[in-house]
Amino acid sequence: MGKTLLNVEDLVVAFSMYRGDSLKKENLEVIHSLSLDVKEGEILAVVGSSGSGKSILASAVLDLLPKNAVVSGKITYDGKPLSMKTTPDLYGKEISFIPQSVDYLDPLMKVGKQVQGVKGSKARQEELFEKYRLGKDTEKKYPFQLSGGMARRVLISGAVMGNPKLIIADEPTPGLDLELAMETLKHFRTLADQGTGILMITHDIDLALNVADRIAVFYAGTIVEIASTQDFLSGRDALRHPYTKALYDALPQNGFKPIPGAQPYAGSLPSGCLFADRCPYRDDACAGAQPEREVRGGKVRCAHAT
Amino acid sequence: MQLEAKNISFRYDKKSPWVLKDVSLSIQEGERVGIVAPSGFGKTTLARILAGYEKPSEGQVLIDGKELPSKGFCPVQLIYQHPELSVNPRWRMEKTLNECFTPDEALLAKMGIEKEWLHRWPSELSGGELQRFCIARILTPKTKILICDEISTMLDVITQAQVWNILLDIAKERNMGMAVITHNKALAEKVCTRTVRLDK
Repeated sequence: MGKTLLNVEDLVVAFSMYRGDSLKKENLEVIHSLSLDVKEGEILAVVGSSGSGKSILASAVLDLLPKNAVVSGKITYDGKPLSMKTTPDLYGKEISFIPQSVDYLDPLMKVGKQVQGVKGSKARQEELFEKYRLGKDTEKKYPFQLSGGMARRVLISGAVMGNPKLIIADEPTPGLDLELAMETLKHFRTLADQGTGILMITHDIDLALNVADRIAVFYAGTIVEIASTQDFLSGRDALRHPYTKALYDALPQNGFKPIPGAQPYAGSLPSGCLFADRCPYRDDACAGAQPEREVRGGKVRCAHAT
Repeated sequence: MQLEAKNISFRYDKKSPWVLKDVSLSIQEGERVGIVAPSGFGKTTLARILAGYEKPSEGQVLIDGKELPSKGFCPVQLIYQHPELSVNPRWRMEKTLNECFTPDEALLAKMGIEKEWLHRWPSELSGGELQRFCIARILTPKTKILICDEISTMLDVITQAQVWNILLDIAKERNMGMAVITHNKALAEKVCTRTVRLDK
């Protein structure tokens, strides 16, 4: 595996907002001391609870956060700090983005034109549409005329237009049928094998397991475990964090058993382990901060992981 | 209540190609029907027709032998695939949630909806959080048939299992009929009583 392409160190993102009836703004911290890296030729899948800040991580890397966001920590690309100010040329060329929501498409522009953008060519767009099995007439359609799956494929075509080196994909597969989703992921794998680094945010753990190299598990704004794909494939005992195990048990093919409760709200986080109130192994050791430590080749934030 | 779609065909205007052709489907009380077809086949269009948002070009949708009501509350309710497009961006979440009835606090707690979210705008919530509102707001006792168009792809698997278990409990308790559109085979096997393939 090649050099580190994207490195995120101690990222903290907070939103400054009014809460309750108070007229003073408060900071609501949504991502806490998060670190991860994506190497050349690697697919890192990010899975985890909805509302845990996965899309905010993508926005932070791409410098797309709204104005009221307060960001600290280091985000580097190829060793250089990454931001709209210092490296505006990278975005859209070397770094591309597949957004989660289909309302990122311009509703008043035909999708063929949108995919070509300002830097692409018509020939490449036609090639990509054929690859993703979008019919000849699709390029002349407006977004409202597309199905969910077709819009998703249009977004993906737009992102791979210029042969990017780093792709941030926020939920690239919902709406695609199994065959198409697999094909898309295999295409990602081919891109990765040619040296592209891919950060893929997804809920579809099964699908991600087919192509990803490592899996980062998100909970309440931080990463609780980074494990190799092999650990997920070998079953729940190879996994380290109790939340990861709970995710594994909740898959429809593994029992479909949800654990009770919900993830803590960003405004009222516990001081110790974020998962403690839903954890079956909770004891005194969980009250303190949970630093990241290495266990069996993976990283985990849990005092009990072995 | 029984929902019946009879030989439904649909196209946008007289010149455009058919989106759906001769689709028939019936959903009995207490039945959960999975609808399977490739992407771009017209599943969402069918869902919209079943819920009365779109008139079929040919054929009809009947509930207990009668046409869907054009006024007042429709007993067939649809949950969309894209929650961010199905809520009013200029309404705070509280207004959206209570639009047709007021869900009790126990339901909100079960769905994992935080009190603090009620005063937020839709743009301040994640896709999964929005979808929980979209599901909770239509679970009134007046809903007899529920059409679920890929409702859980934006949720993590634990929330997915939680939400589906709540929906299944309510469906069983009220003997509700359901149509479930999903690409996830394992999920379809878990929640549906039978599945229908649209492409034969």
